[in-house]
Amino acid sequence: MHTGLLLEMAAGAAPDRLALGPRSAGITFDELTARARGGASFLAAQGEGTVVFLGLNGPSLPVAVFAAAALGRPFAPLNYRLADADLRRLLARTAPSVAIVDDDMLPRVVGTLGVALVTRSAFEEACRDDAMRAATPEAAEPDVAVLLFTSGTTGEPKAAVLRHANLAAYVISTVEFLGAEEGEAALVSVPPYHIAGVSAVLTGIYGGRRIVHLEAFTPHDWVTTAAAEAITHAMVVPTMLGRILDVLETTGERLPALKALSYGGGRMPLPVIRRALALLPHVDFVNAYGLTETSSTISVLDPEDHRLAVASDDAEVRARLGSVGRPLPSVEIQIRGPAGEALPRCISGEVYVRGEQVSGEYLGKRLTDSDGWFATRDAGWLDPAGYLFLDGRLDDVIVRGGENISPGEIEDVLRAHPAVADVAVIGAPDDRWGERVAAVIVPRGKAPAPEVLADWVKARLRSTKTPETWQFRAELPYNDTGKLLRRVLKAELSAAAA
Amino acid sequence: MDLKPGSRWKSAVCDTEAVIVRPPGNPGVLECGGQPMIAHAAERPVGLSPAPDRAGGSTAGKRYSDADTGLEVLCTKAGAGSLAISGRPLATAEAKKLPSSD
Repeated sequence: MHTGLLLEMAAGAAPDRLALGPRSAGITFDELTARARGGASFLAAQGEGTVVFLGLNGPSLPVAVFAAAALGRPFAPLNYRLADADLRRLLARTAPSVAIVDDDMLPRVVGTLGVALVTRSAFEEACRDDAMRAATPEAAEPDVAVLLFTSGTTGEPKAAVLRHANLAAYVISTVEFLGAEEGEAALVSVPPYHIAGVSAVLTGIYGGRRIVHLEAFTPHDWVTTAAAEAITHAMVVPTMLGRILDVLETTGERLPALKALSYGGGRMPLPVIRRALALLPHVDFVNAYGLTETSSTISVLDPEDHRLAVASDDAEVRARLGSVGRPLPSVEIQIRGPAGEALPRCISGEVYVRGEQVSGEYLGKRLTDSDGWFATRDAGWLDPAGYLFLDGRLDDVIVRGGENISPGEIEDVLRAHPAVADVAVIGAPDDRWGERVAAVIVPRGKAPAPEVLADWVKARLRSTKTPETWQFRAELPYNDTGKLLRRVLKAELSAAAA
Repeated sequence: MDLKPGSRWKSAVCDTEAVIVRPPGNPGVLECGGQPMIAHAAERPVGLSPAPDRAGGSTAGKRYSDADTGLEVLCTKAGAGSLAISGRPLATAEAKKLPSSD
Protein backbone atom coordinates (compact mmCIF):
# COMPACT_ATOMS: atom_id res chain seq x y z
CA MET A 1 0.00 0.00 0.00
CA HIS A 2 1.15 3.49 -0.97
CA THR A 3 1.65 6.16 1.74
CA GLY A 4 0.06 8.72 -0.60
CA LEU A 5 -3.21 6.89 -0.07
CA LEU A 6 -3.12 7.91 3.62
CA LEU A 7 -3.47 11.57 2.66
CA GLU A 8 -5.97 10.78 -0.11
CA MET A 9 -8.19 9.02 2.45
CA ALA A 10 -7.99 11.84 4.99
CA ALA A 11 -8.63 14.52 2.37
CA GLY A 12 -11.52 12.48 0.97
CA ALA A 13 -13.24 12.12 4.32
CA ALA A 14 -12.34 15.42 5.98
CA PRO A 15 -11.28 17.93 3.27
CA ASP A 16 -11.87 21.02 5.40
CA ARG A 17 -10.24 19.81 8.61
CA LEU A 18 -6.96 21.54 9.53
CA ALA A 19 -4.00 19.29 8.77
CA LEU A 20 -1.03 21.54 9.44
CA GLY A 21 0.10 24.72 11.06
CA PRO A 22 -1.21 27.18 13.63
CA ARG A 23 -4.93 27.56 14.37
CA SER A 24 -4.93 31.06 12.93
CA ALA A 25 -3.30 30.17 9.60
CA GLY A 26 -3.69 26.43 9.26
CA ILE A 27 -3.64 24.35 6.10
CA THR A 28 -6.60 22.05 5.43
CA PHE A 29 -6.31 18.48 4.10
CA ASP A 30 -7.62 19.73 0.75
CA GLU A 31 -5.00 22.46 0.59
CA LEU A 32 -2.22 20.04 1.64
CA THR A 33 -3.25 17.72 -1.20
CA ALA A 34 -3.16 20.60 -3.69
CA ARG A 35 0.23 21.79 -2.45
CA ALA A 36 1.69 18.29 -2.70
CA ARG A 37 0.43 18.12 -6.28
CA GLY A 38 1.96 21.50 -7.14
CA GLY A 39 5.21 20.50 -5.45
CA ALA A 40 5.30 17.20 -7.35
CA SER A 41 4.92 18.93 -10.73
CA PHE A 42 7.67 21.38 -9.82
CA LEU A 43 10.10 18.71 -8.60
CA ALA A 44 9.49 16.53 -11.65
CA ALA A 45 10.56 19.43 -13.86
CA GLN A 46 13.81 19.97 -11.90
CA GLY A 47 15.35 16.57 -12.44
CA GLU A 48 15.15 12.88 -11.76
CA GLY A 49 15.68 10.74 -8.72
CA THR A 50 15.33 10.94 -4.96
CA VAL A 51 13.67 13.97 -3.36
CA VAL A 52 16.04 15.33 -0.70
CA PHE A 53 14.90 17.66 2.08
CA LEU A 54 17.52 19.80 3.77
CA GLY A 55 15.95 22.27 6.13
CA LEU A 56 14.10 23.09 9.30
CA ASN A 57 10.75 21.64 10.32
CA GLY A 58 7.62 23.27 8.97
CA PRO A 59 4.51 22.71 6.84
CA SER A 60 6.75 22.22 3.80
CA LEU A 61 8.03 18.95 5.25
CA PRO A 62 4.71 17.07 4.93
CA VAL A 63 4.12 18.74 1.56
CA ALA A 64 7.49 17.45 0.34
CA VAL A 65 6.86 13.97 1.80
CA PHE A 66 3.61 13.63 -0.14
CA ALA A 67 5.00 15.30 -3.28
CA ALA A 68 7.77 12.67 -3.39
CA ALA A 69 5.18 9.93 -2.77
CA ALA A 70 3.04 11.25 -5.63
CA LEU A 71 6.04 10.95 -7.95
CA GLY A 72 6.83 7.46 -6.67
CA ARG A 73 10.29 8.65 -5.65
CA PRO A 74 12.17 8.09 -2.38
CA PHE A 75 12.18 10.94 0.15
CA ALA A 76 15.49 11.57 1.91
CA PRO A 77 15.67 14.14 4.73
CA LEU A 78 19.25 15.11 5.62
CA ASN A 79 20.79 16.32 8.85
CA TYR A 80 21.57 20.02 8.42
CA ARG A 81 23.60 20.01 11.63
CA LEU A 82 26.39 17.98 10.06
CA ALA A 83 29.64 19.73 9.26
CA ASP A 84 29.65 21.08 5.69
CA ALA A 85 32.06 18.45 4.36
CA ASP A 86 30.01 15.58 5.87
CA LEU A 87 26.77 17.10 4.62
CA ARG A 88 28.08 17.42 1.07
CA ARG A 89 29.35 13.84 1.14
CA LEU A 90 25.93 12.61 2.30
CA LEU A 91 24.09 14.70 -0.28
CA ALA A 92 26.33 13.36 -3.04
CA ARG A 93 25.31 9.81 -2.02
CA THR A 94 21.66 10.64 -2.86
CA ALA A 95 22.43 11.40 -6.54
CA PRO A 96 20.62 11.43 -8.87
CA SER A 97 18.35 13.63 -6.82
CA VAL A 98 16.45 16.89 -6.48
CA ALA A 99 17.15 18.65 -3.18
CA ILE A 100 14.82 21.13 -1.51
CA VAL A 101 17.20 23.30 0.53
CA ASP A 102 16.43 26.06 3.02
CA ASP A 103 17.50 29.29 1.32
CA ASP A 104 20.13 30.14 3.92
CA MET A 105 21.63 26.63 3.74
CA LEU A 106 22.06 26.66 -0.03
CA PRO A 107 25.65 28.06 -0.05
CA ARG A 108 26.71 25.04 2.04
CA VAL A 109 25.90 22.54 -0.70
CA VAL A 110 26.20 24.30 -4.08
CA GLY A 111 28.07 22.31 -6.69
CA THR A 112 27.23 18.82 -5.38
CA LEU A 113 27.49 16.50 -8.38
CA GLY A 114 24.31 14.86 -9.67
CA VAL A 115 22.02 16.88 -7.40
CA ALA A 116 19.56 19.48 -8.70
CA LEU A 117 19.21 22.14 -6.00
CA VAL A 118 16.02 24.14 -5.44
CA THR A 119 15.42 26.63 -2.67
CA ARG A 120 12.66 26.04 -0.18
CA SER A 121 11.09 29.37 -1.12
CA ALA A 122 10.93 28.37 -4.81
CA PHE A 123 9.38 25.02 -3.83
CA GLU A 124 6.81 26.73 -1.61
CA GLU A 125 5.89 29.17 -4.35
CA ALA A 126 5.35 26.31 -6.81
CA CYS A 127 3.13 24.53 -4.28
CA ARG A 128 0.78 27.54 -4.37
CA ASP A 129 0.90 27.96 -8.14
CA ASP A 130 -2.36 27.07 -9.93
CA ALA A 131 -0.66 25.88 -13.12
CA MET A 132 1.65 23.57 -11.15
CA ARG A 133 -1.32 22.20 -9.20
CA ALA A 134 -3.21 21.47 -12.42
CA ALA A 135 -0.35 19.59 -14.08
CA THR A 136 -0.05 15.79 -13.92
CA PRO A 137 3.64 14.85 -13.75
CA GLU A 138 4.87 11.42 -14.70
CA ALA A 139 5.05 9.09 -11.70
CA ALA A 140 7.23 6.03 -11.18
CA GLU A 141 5.89 2.78 -9.72
CA PRO A 142 6.13 3.50 -5.98
CA ASP A 143 8.43 1.26 -3.97
CA VAL A 144 10.93 2.97 -1.64
CA ALA A 145 9.15 5.69 0.34
CA VAL A 146 11.94 6.99 2.55
CA LEU A 147 15.72 6.81 2.68
CA LEU A 148 16.83 7.74 6.17
CA PHE A 149 20.45 8.09 7.11
CA THR A 150 21.24 6.67 10.54
CA SER A 151 22.77 9.10 13.00
CA GLY A 152 26.20 7.61 12.49
CA THR A 153 27.12 7.49 16.18
CA THR A 154 29.19 4.39 15.39
CA GLY A 155 30.63 5.31 12.00
CA GLU A 156 29.68 6.49 8.50
CA PRO A 157 25.86 6.98 8.29
CA LYS A 158 23.97 4.12 6.64
CA ALA A 159 20.90 4.73 4.46
CA ALA A 160 17.97 2.79 5.89
CA VAL A 161 15.39 1.86 3.26
CA LEU A 162 11.72 2.18 4.26
CA ARG A 163 9.27 0.98 1.66
CA HIS A 164 5.72 2.21 1.21
CA ALA A 165 4.54 -1.21 2.38
CA ASN A 166 6.50 -0.90 5.66
CA LEU A 167 5.33 2.60 6.53
CA ALA A 168 1.72 2.09 5.45
CA ALA A 169 1.53 -1.14 7.48
CA TYR A 170 2.83 0.74 10.53
CA VAL A 171 0.30 3.52 10.15
CA ILE A 172 -2.83 1.48 9.46
CA SER A 173 -2.07 -1.05 12.20
CA THR A 174 -1.34 1.51 14.93
CA VAL A 175 -3.50 4.56 14.17
CA GLU A 176 -7.27 4.88 14.04
CA PHE A 177 -8.30 6.62 10.81
CA LEU A 178 -9.39 10.18 11.65
CA GLY A 179 -9.46 9.02 15.28
CA ALA A 180 -8.34 12.38 16.62
CA GLU A 181 -10.95 14.49 18.32
CA GLU A 182 -11.87 17.88 16.91
CA GLY A 183 -9.30 20.45 17.99
CA GLU A 184 -6.50 18.03 18.85
CA ALA A 185 -3.02 19.10 17.79
CA ALA A 186 0.38 17.43 17.88
CA LEU A 187 3.59 19.36 18.42
CA VAL A 188 6.45 17.86 16.42
CA SER A 189 9.89 18.96 17.55
CA VAL A 190 12.06 16.03 16.49
CA PRO A 191 13.92 17.03 13.32
CA PRO A 192 12.84 15.95 9.81
CA TYR A 193 15.80 13.57 9.50
CA HIS A 194 14.74 11.50 12.56
CA ILE A 195 12.41 8.54 11.97
CA ALA A 196 9.93 10.00 14.48
CA GLY A 197 9.85 13.21 12.43
CA VAL A 198 8.83 11.24 9.35
CA SER A 199 6.38 8.88 11.05
CA ALA A 200 4.75 11.83 12.87
CA VAL A 201 3.76 13.23 9.47
CA LEU A 202 2.12 9.98 8.36
CA THR A 203 0.39 9.08 11.63
CA GLY A 204 -0.73 12.69 12.18
CA ILE A 205 -2.32 12.88 8.73
CA TYR A 206 -4.03 9.48 8.97
CA GLY A 207 -5.27 10.16 12.48
CA GLY A 208 -6.56 13.58 11.42
CA ARG A 209 -4.66 15.41 14.14
CA ARG A 210 -3.35 18.85 13.24
CA ILE A 211 0.45 18.91 13.10
CA VAL A 212 2.28 21.93 14.49
CA HIS A 213 5.99 21.94 13.73
CA LEU A 214 8.62 23.57 15.88
CA GLU A 215 11.30 24.78 13.45
CA ALA A 216 14.01 23.50 15.74
CA PHE A 217 13.80 22.45 19.38
CA THR A 218 14.46 24.77 22.27
CA PRO A 219 12.71 24.02 25.58
CA HIS A 220 11.39 27.57 25.88
CA ASP A 221 9.88 27.59 22.37
CA TRP A 222 8.41 24.16 22.93
CA VAL A 223 6.57 25.27 26.08
CA THR A 224 5.46 28.60 24.57
CA THR A 225 4.13 26.94 21.40
CA ALA A 226 2.46 24.12 23.32
CA ALA A 227 0.61 26.67 25.44
CA ALA A 228 -0.28 29.06 22.59
CA GLU A 229 -1.52 26.34 20.22
CA ALA A 230 -3.36 24.31 22.91
CA ILE A 231 -1.23 21.30 21.98
CA THR A 232 -2.80 18.00 23.06
CA HIS A 233 -0.15 15.50 21.91
CA ALA A 234 3.63 15.52 21.54
CA MET A 235 6.63 13.25 21.24
CA VAL A 236 10.01 14.14 22.70
CA VAL A 237 13.36 12.47 23.21
CA PRO A 238 14.51 12.05 26.84
CA THR A 239 16.97 14.94 26.83
CA MET A 240 14.20 17.24 25.60
CA LEU A 241 11.84 16.19 28.38
CA GLY A 242 14.31 17.04 31.14
CA ARG A 243 14.81 20.53 29.72
CA ILE A 244 11.07 21.05 29.20
CA LEU A 245 10.44 20.18 32.85
CA ASP A 246 13.04 22.77 33.89
CA VAL A 247 11.09 25.45 32.02
CA LEU A 248 7.74 24.31 33.43
CA GLU A 249 9.13 24.42 36.95
CA THR A 250 10.59 27.90 36.44
CA THR A 251 7.60 29.48 34.71
CA GLY A 252 4.78 27.68 36.53
CA GLU A 253 3.19 26.77 33.17
CA ARG A 254 1.35 23.43 33.43
CA LEU A 255 -0.04 23.04 29.87
CA PRO A 256 -3.65 22.25 30.79
CA ALA A 257 -4.56 21.27 27.20
CA LEU A 258 -1.85 18.63 26.98
CA LYS A 259 -3.32 15.12 27.04
CA ALA A 260 -0.52 12.82 25.97
CA LEU A 261 3.24 12.99 25.88
CA SER A 262 5.25 10.17 24.37
CA TYR A 263 8.96 9.75 24.66
CA GLY A 264 11.55 7.56 22.99
CA GLY A 265 14.74 7.58 21.00
CA GLY A 266 16.97 6.88 23.97
CA ARG A 267 17.09 5.70 27.55
CA MET A 268 14.77 7.71 29.80
CA PRO A 269 16.38 8.36 33.20
CA LEU A 270 13.94 7.24 35.93
CA PRO A 271 14.29 10.49 37.94
CA VAL A 272 13.17 12.48 34.88
CA ILE A 273 10.04 10.43 34.17
CA ARG A 274 9.12 10.40 37.87
CA ARG A 275 9.46 14.18 37.92
CA ALA A 276 7.31 14.46 34.79
CA LEU A 277 4.57 12.24 36.23
CA ALA A 278 4.48 14.33 39.41
CA LEU A 279 4.53 17.69 37.62
CA LEU A 280 1.94 16.84 34.97
CA PRO A 281 -0.57 14.47 36.59
CA HIS A 282 -3.20 15.25 33.92
CA VAL A 283 -0.98 13.95 31.11
CA ASP A 284 -0.89 10.40 29.72
CA PHE A 285 2.73 9.29 29.31
CA VAL A 286 3.77 6.77 26.68
CA ASN A 287 7.22 5.26 26.33
CA ALA A 288 7.77 4.18 22.74
CA TYR A 289 10.65 2.01 21.58
CA GLY A 290 11.51 1.70 17.94
CA LEU A 291 14.27 2.02 15.40
CA THR A 292 14.67 3.69 12.06
CA GLU A 293 14.80 0.22 10.49
CA THR A 294 11.42 -0.70 12.02
CA SER A 295 9.44 2.34 10.72
CA SER A 296 9.32 3.79 14.25
CA THR A 297 7.52 2.27 17.27
CA ILE A 298 7.56 -1.48 17.95
CA SER A 299 6.70 -1.50 21.66
CA VAL A 300 4.88 0.84 24.04
CA LEU A 301 4.61 1.35 27.77
CA ASP A 302 1.14 2.87 27.91
CA PRO A 303 -0.33 5.44 30.34
CA GLU A 304 -1.97 2.77 32.49
CA ASP A 305 1.37 0.94 32.81
CA HIS A 306 2.95 4.19 34.00
CA ARG A 307 0.29 4.79 36.66
CA LEU A 308 0.34 1.19 37.89
CA ALA A 309 4.13 1.19 38.11
CA VAL A 310 4.14 4.33 40.24
CA ALA A 311 1.33 3.19 42.54
CA SER A 312 2.20 -0.48 42.95
CA ASP A 313 3.75 -2.22 45.97
CA ASP A 314 4.86 -5.08 43.73
CA ALA A 315 8.56 -4.70 42.86
CA GLU A 316 8.05 -6.34 39.46
CA VAL A 317 5.29 -3.88 38.52
CA ARG A 318 7.24 -0.89 39.87
CA ALA A 319 10.28 -1.87 37.80
CA ARG A 320 8.23 -1.58 34.59
CA LEU A 321 8.61 2.19 34.64
CA GLY A 322 12.13 1.40 33.42
CA SER A 323 10.86 -0.86 30.62
CA VAL A 324 9.78 0.02 27.10
CA GLY A 325 6.49 -1.81 27.55
CA ARG A 326 5.02 -4.56 25.43
CA PRO A 327 5.30 -5.25 21.69
CA LEU A 328 2.62 -3.80 19.40
CA PRO A 329 -0.01 -6.43 18.49
CA SER A 330 1.26 -6.28 14.90
CA VAL A 331 4.90 -7.17 15.65
CA GLU A 332 6.69 -10.09 17.32
CA ILE A 333 9.71 -9.73 19.56
CA GLN A 334 12.18 -12.47 20.51
CA ILE A 335 15.28 -12.47 22.68
CA ARG A 336 18.12 -14.55 21.32
CA GLY A 337 21.52 -15.67 22.55
CA PRO A 338 24.86 -15.39 20.74
CA ALA A 339 24.24 -18.60 18.74
CA GLY A 340 20.82 -17.36 17.62
CA GLU A 341 18.93 -19.56 20.11
CA ALA A 342 15.70 -18.21 21.64
CA LEU A 343 16.22 -17.30 25.31
CA PRO A 344 13.69 -17.73 28.12
CA ARG A 345 12.10 -14.84 30.01
CA CYS A 346 14.32 -12.71 32.25
CA ILE A 347 17.53 -13.67 30.41
CA SER A 348 19.28 -10.88 28.54
CA GLY A 349 20.23 -11.32 24.89
CA GLU A 350 19.75 -9.59 21.57
CA VAL A 351 16.34 -8.15 20.69
CA TYR A 352 14.93 -9.53 17.41
CA VAL A 353 11.80 -8.16 15.78
CA ARG A 354 9.51 -9.26 12.96
CA GLY A 355 6.49 -7.63 11.32
CA GLU A 356 5.28 -5.90 8.16
CA GLN A 357 6.55 -2.52 9.34
CA VAL A 358 10.07 -3.92 9.81
CA SER A 359 12.26 -3.06 6.83
CA GLY A 360 15.58 -4.23 8.28
CA GLU A 361 17.22 -3.00 5.12
CA TYR A 362 19.97 -0.61 4.16
CA LEU A 363 20.77 0.50 0.62
CA GLY A 364 22.22 -2.57 -1.05
CA LYS A 365 21.92 -4.76 2.02
CA ARG A 366 18.97 -6.62 3.52
CA LEU A 367 19.51 -7.60 7.14
CA THR A 368 16.36 -9.59 7.89
CA ASP A 369 16.77 -13.36 7.85
CA SER A 370 14.74 -15.70 5.65
CA ASP A 371 11.95 -15.79 8.26
CA GLY A 372 11.75 -12.00 8.35
CA TRP A 373 13.49 -11.49 11.71
CA PHE A 374 15.60 -8.36 12.16
CA ALA A 375 18.44 -8.25 14.69
CA THR A 376 18.22 -4.84 16.37
CA ARG A 377 21.73 -4.86 17.95
CA ASP A 378 19.95 -3.81 21.15
CA ALA A 379 20.50 -5.91 24.26
CA GLY A 380 17.39 -6.65 26.29
CA TRP A 381 15.13 -9.10 28.09
CA LEU A 382 11.45 -9.77 28.69
CA ASP A 383 9.94 -9.94 32.17
CA PRO A 384 7.45 -12.69 33.09
CA ALA A 385 4.53 -10.56 31.86
CA GLY A 386 6.23 -9.78 28.53
CA TYR A 387 7.49 -6.28 29.26
CA LEU A 388 10.68 -5.48 27.37
CA PHE A 389 13.68 -4.09 29.22
CA LEU A 390 16.61 -2.70 27.25
CA ASP A 391 20.24 -2.95 28.37
CA GLY A 392 21.63 -0.62 25.71
CA ARG A 393 23.36 -1.26 22.40
CA LEU A 394 25.17 -4.58 22.11
CA ASP A 395 28.16 -2.64 20.79
CA ASP A 396 28.27 -0.74 24.10
CA VAL A 397 28.38 -3.83 26.30
CA ILE A 398 31.55 -3.88 28.38
CA VAL A 399 33.42 -7.18 28.33
CA ARG A 400 35.44 -7.39 31.55
CA GLY A 401 37.43 -10.60 31.88
CA GLY A 402 34.82 -12.53 29.87
CA GLU A 403 31.88 -11.10 31.78
CA ASN A 404 29.35 -9.04 29.80
CA ILE A 405 28.39 -5.89 31.66
CA SER A 406 25.63 -3.57 30.43
CA PRO A 407 26.31 0.11 31.07
CA GLY A 408 22.61 1.01 31.40
CA GLU A 409 22.07 -0.73 34.69
CA ILE A 410 25.10 0.93 36.29
CA GLU A 411 24.11 4.31 34.89
CA ASP A 412 20.63 3.97 36.39
CA VAL A 413 22.10 3.28 39.82
CA LEU A 414 24.52 6.19 39.64
CA ARG A 415 21.89 8.58 38.31
CA ALA A 416 19.81 7.92 41.41
CA HIS A 417 22.61 9.36 43.59
CA PRO A 418 21.74 12.93 44.67
CA ALA A 419 25.16 14.29 43.69
CA VAL A 420 24.95 12.92 40.13
CA ALA A 421 23.28 15.02 37.44
CA ASP A 422 24.23 12.84 34.47
CA VAL A 423 26.43 9.82 33.88
CA ALA A 424 27.87 7.63 31.18
CA VAL A 425 29.42 4.23 31.85
CA ILE A 426 31.78 2.89 29.22
CA GLY A 427 34.51 0.29 28.79
CA ALA A 428 38.07 1.56 29.13
CA PRO A 429 41.01 -0.48 27.80
CA ASP A 430 42.59 -2.59 30.54
CA ASP A 431 45.73 -4.74 30.28
CA ARG A 432 44.52 -7.32 32.76
CA TRP A 433 40.75 -7.57 32.09
CA GLY A 434 40.57 -6.47 28.46
CA GLU A 435 38.13 -3.77 29.50
CA ARG A 436 37.34 -2.19 32.81
CA VAL A 437 34.25 -0.27 33.86
CA ALA A 438 34.71 3.49 33.69
CA ALA A 439 32.19 6.11 34.83
CA VAL A 440 32.06 9.65 33.49
CA ILE A 441 30.09 11.80 35.92
CA VAL A 442 28.45 15.19 35.56
CA PRO A 443 28.14 16.23 39.21
CA ARG A 444 25.20 18.14 40.64
CA GLY A 445 27.08 20.93 42.42
CA LYS A 446 30.37 19.88 44.05
CA ALA A 447 31.85 16.67 42.69
CA PRO A 448 31.50 13.80 45.19
CA ALA A 449 34.49 11.63 46.14
CA PRO A 450 34.82 8.57 43.85
CA GLU A 451 34.83 6.27 46.91
CA VAL A 452 31.40 7.55 47.90
CA LEU A 453 29.98 6.71 44.48
CA ALA A 454 31.81 3.36 44.36
CA ASP A 455 30.25 2.38 47.71
CA TRP A 456 26.85 3.47 46.38
CA VAL A 457 27.16 1.12 43.40
CA LYS A 458 28.68 -1.72 45.45
CA ALA A 459 25.71 -1.62 47.81
CA ARG A 460 23.33 -2.15 44.89
CA LEU A 461 25.07 -4.24 42.22
CA ARG A 462 27.53 -7.11 41.90
CA SER A 463 31.08 -5.96 42.73
CA THR A 464 32.43 -6.52 39.20
CA LYS A 465 30.00 -3.83 38.05
CA THR A 466 31.54 -1.14 40.25
CA PRO A 467 33.41 1.37 38.11
CA GLU A 468 37.19 1.33 38.61
CA THR A 469 37.88 4.56 36.76
CA TRP A 470 36.13 7.81 37.55
CA GLN A 471 36.09 10.98 35.53
CA PHE A 472 34.21 14.21 36.22
CA ARG A 473 33.17 16.69 33.56
CA ALA A 474 30.77 19.60 33.07
CA GLU A 475 28.62 17.86 30.46
CA LEU A 476 28.36 14.76 28.31
CA PRO A 477 28.49 14.76 24.51
CA TYR A 478 25.04 14.20 22.98
CA ASN A 479 23.97 14.54 19.37
CA ASP A 480 21.00 16.82 18.68
CA THR A 481 18.46 14.01 18.92
CA GLY A 482 19.64 13.08 22.39
CA LYS A 483 21.89 10.11 21.64
CA LEU A 484 24.89 9.89 23.91
CA LEU A 485 28.09 9.83 21.87
CA ARG A 486 29.86 7.01 23.73
CA ARG A 487 32.38 6.69 20.94
CA VAL A 488 33.64 10.21 21.73
CA LEU A 489 34.00 9.42 25.44
CA LYS A 490 35.70 6.12 24.68
CA ALA A 491 38.22 7.75 22.37
CA GLU A 492 39.01 10.34 25.02
CA LEU A 493 39.51 7.70 27.70
CA SER A 494 41.75 5.59 25.45
CA ALA A 495 43.79 8.67 24.57
CA ALA A 496 44.15 9.57 28.25
CA ALA A 497 45.32 6.04 29.06
CA ALA A 498 47.87 5.89 26.22
CA MET B 1 -9.32 -10.83 -10.33
CA ASP B 2 -5.76 -10.32 -9.13
CA LEU B 3 -6.16 -9.22 -5.52
CA LYS B 4 -2.50 -8.44 -4.92
CA PRO B 5 -1.37 -6.40 -1.90
CA GLY B 6 -1.66 -2.66 -2.48
CA SER B 7 -4.04 -3.01 -5.45
CA ARG B 8 -6.99 -0.63 -5.37
CA TRP B 9 -10.60 -1.42 -6.18
CA LYS B 10 -13.86 0.45 -6.30
CA SER B 11 -17.48 -0.53 -6.09
CA ALA B 12 -19.57 -0.81 -9.23
CA VAL B 13 -22.68 0.20 -7.30
CA CYS B 14 -21.68 2.87 -4.75
CA ASP B 15 -18.84 5.19 -3.61
CA THR B 16 -16.92 2.46 -1.75
CA GLU B 17 -13.21 2.13 -2.46
CA ALA B 18 -10.79 -0.37 -0.94
CA VAL B 19 -7.13 -1.40 -1.00
CA ILE B 20 -5.86 -4.95 -0.52
CA VAL B 21 -3.85 -5.29 2.70
CA ARG B 22 -3.49 -9.10 2.60
CA PRO B 23 -4.38 -11.19 -0.45
CA PRO B 24 -6.70 -14.20 -0.22
CA GLY B 25 -5.03 -17.62 0.07
CA ASN B 26 -7.04 -18.86 -2.91
CA PRO B 27 -8.69 -17.02 -5.80
CA GLY B 28 -11.90 -15.17 -5.10
CA VAL B 29 -14.06 -12.32 -6.32
CA LEU B 30 -14.08 -9.15 -4.23
CA GLU B 31 -17.57 -7.71 -4.20
CA CYS B 32 -19.39 -4.67 -2.97
CA GLY B 33 -23.16 -4.31 -2.78
CA GLY B 34 -23.51 -7.72 -4.40
CA GLN B 35 -21.48 -6.89 -7.54
CA PRO B 36 -17.81 -7.60 -8.33
CA MET B 37 -15.62 -4.59 -7.56
CA ILE B 38 -13.84 -2.95 -10.47
CA ALA B 39 -10.29 -1.65 -10.90
CA HIS B 40 -9.73 1.75 -9.29
CA ALA B 41 -8.90 3.35 -12.63
CA ALA B 42 -11.94 1.90 -14.39
CA GLU B 43 -15.12 3.82 -15.23
CA ARG B 44 -18.00 3.09 -12.84
CA PRO B 45 -21.11 1.88 -14.71
CA VAL B 46 -24.18 4.07 -14.31
CA GLY B 47 -27.49 3.04 -12.81
CA LEU B 48 -26.44 0.20 -10.51
CA SER B 49 -27.29 0.15 -6.80
CA PRO B 50 -26.45 -2.20 -3.92
CA ALA B 51 -28.57 -5.32 -3.53
CA PRO B 52 -30.92 -4.87 -0.52
CA ASP B 53 -29.20 -7.64 1.47
CA ARG B 54 -25.76 -6.18 0.64
CA ALA B 55 -26.45 -2.57 1.60
CA GLY B 56 -25.01 -2.45 5.13
CA GLY B 57 -22.42 0.10 4.03
CA SER B 58 -18.64 0.39 4.34
CA THR B 59 -16.66 2.75 6.56
CA ALA B 60 -13.44 4.51 5.55
CA GLY B 61 -10.47 3.51 7.68
CA LYS B 62 -12.02 0.20 8.75
CA ARG B 63 -10.28 -3.06 7.96
CA TYR B 64 -12.40 -5.91 6.66
CA SER B 65 -11.31 -9.53 6.58
CA ASP B 66 -12.34 -13.04 5.65
CA ALA B 67 -11.34 -15.84 7.99
CA ASP B 68 -11.60 -18.54 5.29
CA THR B 69 -9.17 -17.07 2.77
CA GLY B 70 -7.16 -14.68 4.97
CA LEU B 71 -8.16 -11.75 2.75
CA GLU B 72 -7.87 -8.37 4.42
CA VAL B 73 -8.84 -5.04 2.85
CA LEU B 74 -8.80 -1.47 4.07
CA CYS B 75 -11.81 0.61 3.09
CA THR B 76 -10.38 3.87 1.74
CA LYS B 77 -13.68 5.54 0.87
CA ALA B 78 -17.06 4.94 2.45
CA GLY B 79 -20.12 3.81 0.49
CA ALA B 80 -23.59 2.32 0.75
CA GLY B 81 -22.71 -1.22 -0.29
CA SER B 82 -21.15 -3.85 1.97
CA LEU B 83 -18.00 -5.81 1.17
CA ALA B 84 -17.83 -9.53 0.44
CA ILE B 85 -15.66 -12.14 -1.19
CA SER B 86 -17.31 -14.63 -3.54
CA GLY B 87 -20.67 -14.06 -1.88
CA ARG B 88 -19.36 -14.26 1.71
CA PRO B 89 -19.65 -11.00 3.70
CA LEU B 90 -16.39 -9.65 5.12
CA ALA B 91 -16.14 -9.04 8.86
CA THR B 92 -14.73 -5.87 10.39
CA ALA B 93 -11.47 -6.48 12.18
CA GLU B 94 -11.64 -4.35 15.32
CA ALA B 95 -8.11 -3.10 15.96
CA LYS B 96 -7.06 -2.38 19.51
CA LYS B 97 -6.63 1.35 19.94
CA LEU B 98 -3.02 2.17 20.68
CA PRO B 99 -1.76 5.30 22.38
CA SER B 100 -0.18 7.83 20.05
CA SER B 101 3.60 7.43 20.03
CA ASP B 102 4.98 9.69 17.27
